[in-house]
Amino acid sequence: MRILTYLRQVLDAEESVHVTNSAVALENSKLVMDTMDEYGVEEALRLRENGVEAEIVAVAVGPARTQDALRTALAMGVDRAIHVETDIRLDAIALSKVLAQIAQQEEATLIFSGGQQADWDSHALGAATAERLQWPQATWTSALELKGTTLTGKHDADEGSETFTLELPAVITTQQGLNEPRYPTLPNIMKSKKKELRKESLDQFNVSPKLKFVSAEIQVKNRINKILDGKDAPAAAAQLLDLLRNEARVIA
Amino acid sequence: MILIVVEHANGKVSKSTWEMVTAARELAQDMGGEASITALVLGSNVAPIAAEIARGVDQVLVADLPALAQYDPELWSAAVAQIATEGEASVILIGGSRSGREYSPRVAVKLDAPLLEDVINLKASGKTLTAQRYTYLARVTETIEATGGTTGPIAVVTIKPGVFNPATPRAETAEQFDVDLNLPTPRLKITGKTAERSARVSLAEAEIVVSGGRGVGSAEGFTQYVEALADQLGAAVGATRAIVDAGWRPYSEQVGQTGKTVQPKLYIAIGISGAVQHLSGMNKSKTIVAINRDAEAPIFKIADYGIVGDVPQLVPAILAELKK
Repeated sequence: MRILTYLRQVLDAEESVHVTNSAVALENSKLVMDTMDEYGVEEALRLRENGVEAEIVAVAVGPARTQDALRTALAMGVDRAIHVETDIRLDAIALSKVLAQIAQQEEATLIFSGGQQADWDSHALGAATAERLQWPQATWTSALELKGTTLTGKHDADEGSETFTLELPAVITTQQGLNEPRYPTLPNIMKSKKKELRKESLDQFNVSPKLKFVSAEIQVKNRINKILDGKDAPAAAAQLLDLLRNEARVIA
Repeated sequence: MILIVVEHANGKVSKSTWEMVTAARELAQDMGGEASITALVLGSNVAPIAAEIARGVDQVLVADLPALAQYDPELWSAAVAQIATEGEASVILIGGSRSGREYSPRVAVKLDAPLLEDVINLKASGKTLTAQRYTYLARVTETIEATGGTTGPIAVVTIKPGVFNPATPRAETAEQFDVDLNLPTPRLKITGKTAERSARVSLAEAEIVVSGGRGVGSAEGFTQYVEALADQLGAAVGATRAIVDAGWRPYSEQVGQTGKTVQPKLYIAIGISGAVQHLSGMNKSKTIVAINRDAEAPIFKIADYGIVGDVPQLVPAILAELKK
């Protein structure tokens, strides 16, 4: 079988965000593979290590720099990578059209994608791709097994979690708890340099953005920032409750 | 027509639905008052839900079917897309819950419509919808636009819970209609459920949230300080990823990037240092209180009030003061 693992390159969570000219500026910031997508890469590798015969292909759509994230996936152990290079910002619904076409071209039967994007905060790519392929999906998956063509696992629902079974082909969106992604080792980094990283142009996919991004701004809420010394606990407690009752008026 | 997909739980219309009613009423006004608001109720034994929401909208469509007893993304998206097409809906409003954000992309693909996810406001001008939403771990506010084509809806929209004011029910009652649906067979088979339902108010609906992090010391410390204070204040309980990962608390209580997003009137962070992933889940709270031993903890930077000191001394002192 063939597994696609979709990944994105995002701002490292520890970096601060800068907005210039009404857009987030990523120049001079540390960019990494989205952690949520990393769980998918790791899970594909683990399925194979647990005996599933599979070729694993990492896919990304984005500007030239995105190939660094694909290189990381290759160094983690995926077999080859496809990079659809574009500077156009595609929303998840538009992007799903690209991913679905690649899945068909590659005759993939399992797709992993992160449950939530660390930058644009979208949850939509996995489900939208599944819909285009007419496949079922499981989102927010925190445990997964594959026997034959049957997936079993656990995922989060509105309240609590659920166990599920699902027949391939399917889309799985990943999240924390599914696994601990590995760090690429030096020998694997060396080996990955010989692996195929194929560049594709966006033109062939006949896709245009569904959304227009107008502007971005950083809104900082002014906080009162009254910090008390807690050495005298009863006094600090009394003072805090007085502030909450009479200044903020948030408790009775 | 503006279509609202009703979110409900335990036989009641959820607060998120009344928030969607407000969003729909604002949109209808933008559209010159011509757009009618239709609510779609999906489920089994949902007559009370339909009757309740009939006091908020112009028309109620009800699909009361045993097949809809359990939410499924393929069932829900098929039902919503069918009703939106038949009713020529211009905007489809779906709750920004985990399930809403799961099936809404399928609806958007079926209808070939743009998807505006997790919006915090919404304006219509002709065939264009403009919305704002949080991105980059809730550190950036983005403005986005969706423009409808000559046919089909302008957009499918998920509404971020807890942002719009819930609408108040009216005295008059809208007419209800039963609808026929062509439903697919669900392929995701649910084999078990772990309901982590707590006796407390839910995180999403709470006016006050008390959360704990590593600084509470242990699972017992969490109960002793965080849960005790929450119960005293009638608050919901939240937790950081670190202590969920450590197994002290269930995932359902996690606040942050990979957990729930809350914006209560009052958020009390106990023993939480304030990693950016946690802040993204609570930094829009109206008033933030932090209690932490480390004066340098990032949580204090976004706090309205804080106490630098030991949790085991401070929380019991607050409890004692509250009981006075």
